[in-house]
Amino acid sequence: MNTNNLNYLVNSLYLIKPELVIAAVIVLIVVVDLIWIKNKKLLPYISIIGLLTAGYFLIDQFGTNTFAFSTNSSVGMFIVDPFGSFFKLLIVFASIIVILFSIFSTEIKNSLNRHGEYYTLIFGMIIGMMFMVSASDLIVIYISLELVSLSSYILAGFTKQSLRNSEASLKYVIYGGVSSGIMLFGISIMYGITGSTNLYEINSLIQAPQMQSLAFLLAGILIFVGIGFKISAAPFHFWTPDVYEGAPIPITAFLSIASKAAGFALLIRFIKVTFVQSIDPNGFWHLLGIIDWKSFIIIISVLTMTLGNFTALWQTNMKRLLAYSSIAHAGYLLLGLAVMSNEGITAILIYFMAYAFMNLGAFFVVMLIANKIGSEELDDYKGLGSSTPFLGVSLAIFMVSLTGLPPTVGFIGKLYLFIALVDAKMIIVAVIALLNSVVSLYYYIKVLKCLFLDKSEKEVPAFSASYGALVLVFLLAAPVIIFGIYFTPLVDLAKSSITLLGL
Amino acid sequence: MQYFPILSFITFLPILGMVIILFIPKKLDVLIKSFTLFITLVQVVAAVFLLRSYNYALGGINDPASFQFIEKFRWIDISGFSWIGKIKVDYFLGIDGLSIPLVLLTALISFIASLSSWTINKSVKGYFALFLLLDTGMMGVFVSLDFFLFYIFWELMLLPMYFLIGIWGGPRREYAAIKFFLYTLFGSVLILLVMIGLYFSSSEVLADGSKVFTFNMLSMMNHQNYNLTGILSPLNPSNLRFIAYIALFIGFAIKIPMFPFHTWLPDAHVEAPTAISVILAGVLLKMGTYGILRICYPVFPEITRQLIWYIALFGMINIIYGALCAMAQKDFKKLIAYSSISHMGFVLLGMASLNTLGISGAVLQMFNHGTITAMLFLIVGVIYDRAHTRGIEDFGGLATQMPIYAGFTTLAFFAAIGLPGLSGFVSESFIFLGAFGFQTIRIITVISTLGILLGAGYMLWTFQRVFLGSLKEKWTALGDLTFREYAMLIPLSIIIIFIGVYPSSMLNLMNSSVNALVKFMTDAQVIYGSLVH
Repeated sequence: MNTNNLNYLVNSLYLIKPELVIAAVIVLIVVVDLIWIKNKKLLPYISIIGLLTAGYFLIDQFGTNTFAFSTNSSVGMFIVDPFGSFFKLLIVFASIIVILFSIFSTEIKNSLNRHGEYYTLIFGMIIGMMFMVSASDLIVIYISLELVSLSSYILAGFTKQSLRNSEASLKYVIYGGVSSGIMLFGISIMYGITGSTNLYEINSLIQAPQMQSLAFLLAGILIFVGIGFKISAAPFHFWTPDVYEGAPIPITAFLSIASKAAGFALLIRFIKVTFVQSIDPNGFWHLLGIIDWKSFIIIISVLTMTLGNFTALWQTNMKRLLAYSSIAHAGYLLLGLAVMSNEGITAILIYFMAYAFMNLGAFFVVMLIANKIGSEELDDYKGLGSSTPFLGVSLAIFMVSLTGLPPTVGFIGKLYLFIALVDAKMIIVAVIALLNSVVSLYYYIKVLKCLFLDKSEKEVPAFSASYGALVLVFLLAAPVIIFGIYFTPLVDLAKSSITLLGL
Repeated sequence: MQYFPILSFITFLPILGMVIILFIPKKLDVLIKSFTLFITLVQVVAAVFLLRSYNYALGGINDPASFQFIEKFRWIDISGFSWIGKIKVDYFLGIDGLSIPLVLLTALISFIASLSSWTINKSVKGYFALFLLLDTGMMGVFVSLDFFLFYIFWELMLLPMYFLIGIWGGPRREYAAIKFFLYTLFGSVLILLVMIGLYFSSSEVLADGSKVFTFNMLSMMNHQNYNLTGILSPLNPSNLRFIAYIALFIGFAIKIPMFPFHTWLPDAHVEAPTAISVILAGVLLKMGTYGILRICYPVFPEITRQLIWYIALFGMINIIYGALCAMAQKDFKKLIAYSSISHMGFVLLGMASLNTLGISGAVLQMFNHGTITAMLFLIVGVIYDRAHTRGIEDFGGLATQMPIYAGFTTLAFFAAIGLPGLSGFVSESFIFLGAFGFQTIRIITVISTLGILLGAGYMLWTFQRVFLGSLKEKWTALGDLTFREYAMLIPLSIIIIFIGVYPSSMLNLMNSSVNALVKFMTDAQVIYGSLVH
């Protein structure tokens, strides 16, 4: 290796400082866990400090727009661009919150002697997701996806306390294994046709009409299956309710936000980079005609949201309800992609910020309630509104926001989505999505009905959570209202984050 | 011009009150109730102040310069890329002759309803907090001139209403509450979609000469502000504009409620506590007709004209169908609910006349219906509090037992029937005169007059069954009105009689605006006609 290349590598390392920090934290956690066997209290704090450092580096490099690790050609395997940085920041934010959740979670506390593994695995997921968001090479995409999946399989069954816990883990492994196998198959076909694994190179190769074969179409769809599994798009969503129900709540929250965000970032990057032909001044993408992504994604999206919403209507378990609600939200988010425009991407980014606050908040309150009453069944929620008013009202705020009613941030997410749809003249799809959100009202409001309207058969003593937990609930609920009324910061951030490298 | 932002004050005062109530300890029931009463009283005072300094000569409607008490500043300002333009949302409040009667009505009804809520004993704190939130939502709808802001207020009152019916309502409260919520949300999403469509079709010119998309309702009313390519642009005739109008109309019609979207109303009324019924009938239903007059009419004038016959037809169906249903009811409250549907039909008919007489009648009818129906629901509440039943057949001969109560009921019933000298007469006769003057809907008008007859029929028959005849044994213990009930009924009675005797007091208030609206609609026919062809 000549010195020039070495310089290049070192320069590239500067570009992946956040990822390096996360990697260092993994080592640190393992070491600390081994040295202070008795004292596990330190681990979450180390994790949070590590994440904050990574977050600092992310903000520091926000706006950088370049390749890393591109030794031999003009394109590299790893991309640092505002779009990626945005999703990494979102992932880091969600991770910090999830680690705070873990501190308060009884489920996690009960497995005290394995805390080292818990945090190591979480960080394994984080680093995998960060690579997923930035990868521009099919091999890196596959490896990072597997890193995320393997860590999350174990985390889903981490507590080992109940059957449903192990069931969740096993189901996740089986579904995950199959879908990643399918994806790998797609990758191999794509490589076979083009002779390259780099998305940018593939893009320039398939501009030639003779490359646009049926096999390439198949490869594209197969890769979509792998990513669709991660974002729980129908019909690859079957694992979601079972895993969400069985996994410890902090992990459920993590899967529903961070893992989904990473999946979406990957999907957007994959489709836009690989298949783009040109982008017109209005920000609409013109994709190559190999695969009609627009119709394909519209169909998947409508299917996903309708299925998610209608199945959620019958749920009686809060975690399953939120699982189906997260499937429905994946459907709305996919619509943003179906617009195939920069405006659609802006809408997705705004929606994700909104979704992060409201969904994390909802899961946190569900966890705090589960800590006390030991159940997530809706029947056990009856009358909780009066026995724990603060948590009840907060959960109400999150539910209203998930429905998308003003003045909450969920409304802003939906608003921008519909703005993008109407601007692209996709009126019928917009109408379907709006009717879907009317349907979703029914099950979100069912939670409120249980909390406030129904009387419990058994006496529920008044209770509350610790002050730390209440502060965290407040910190998640306040932005839901504040950004619902004044959403300029969200939109500004989203607008400055839509730049994908080279496009 | 620097002055006190009175519209913001009147709108957000209840929210402020709500926040304070959240800090009052639960046990101090009476303090919470009196505090709410105080807040709503301040609102009434502010509304009277508005009325005193209101300039009767200014028209409003589509002319920003002739709106009054305007407050306008940038709320959301996102400087844009070329592909999305710039998003700007204004915090834009202002009132004209269409909104001021309803602002007055909202303040008044909120005050009366907070008095009527005195009997609430279950989680008092939550009730009054939600009550005040609802108050802000209602007031906000009537004062906002930016579509986005309008929509936020419109949605804001859904949730408190859901809880107020769902927690403090009757036996089937949960069913009624969710039905109300789903119906209205269905309407709201239609409104949302049209709002976004209009946003992309109309633009506002900024000081520096650049154009931005706008949510400003007044800009949407001017055809010059539309972009040629906008999907809802009148310059670019397509079926979409027609469909959008129908969607928007249905969105508002659900709230009126117009046949066939009315089925949520009887359920909601029967289950809601008295005070909430009063608000529902007194204010909430007016939002539908107000929305049509404020947005549907001036934003889509040419389509309004195309569909005017159908609007009148649905008005007629509401009148006749509501009255026939009312006649068949055995539940006193349900009867009033159906009579309310019938009376809102008059508003639709009046609006369809498109002339000053008819539209003045419609706006006045909104106000009158607000006061009269509020009084009717209070009257039902009075008897229900005492007898714990609302079955009409259960009563009889109450006039001897509760003579003063019977007196107030007589007044309210006669006002509802439209007896000369009472306020209902003025608005209904204006509506019929106006509608009869419009050739297209003359036959519909003639048929609609049947509604008056039917109205007299069910009202008098009800009066006969409840108050006349022989008193049943079990009701001999019923007492007459209490001080609190006097305090609720007397102000409403005074207003009903006052407007009946001196209708100009209200008509002058709205006259300039109604004229402006009618002129706008007439001019628009010519302008929009030339645009399309």
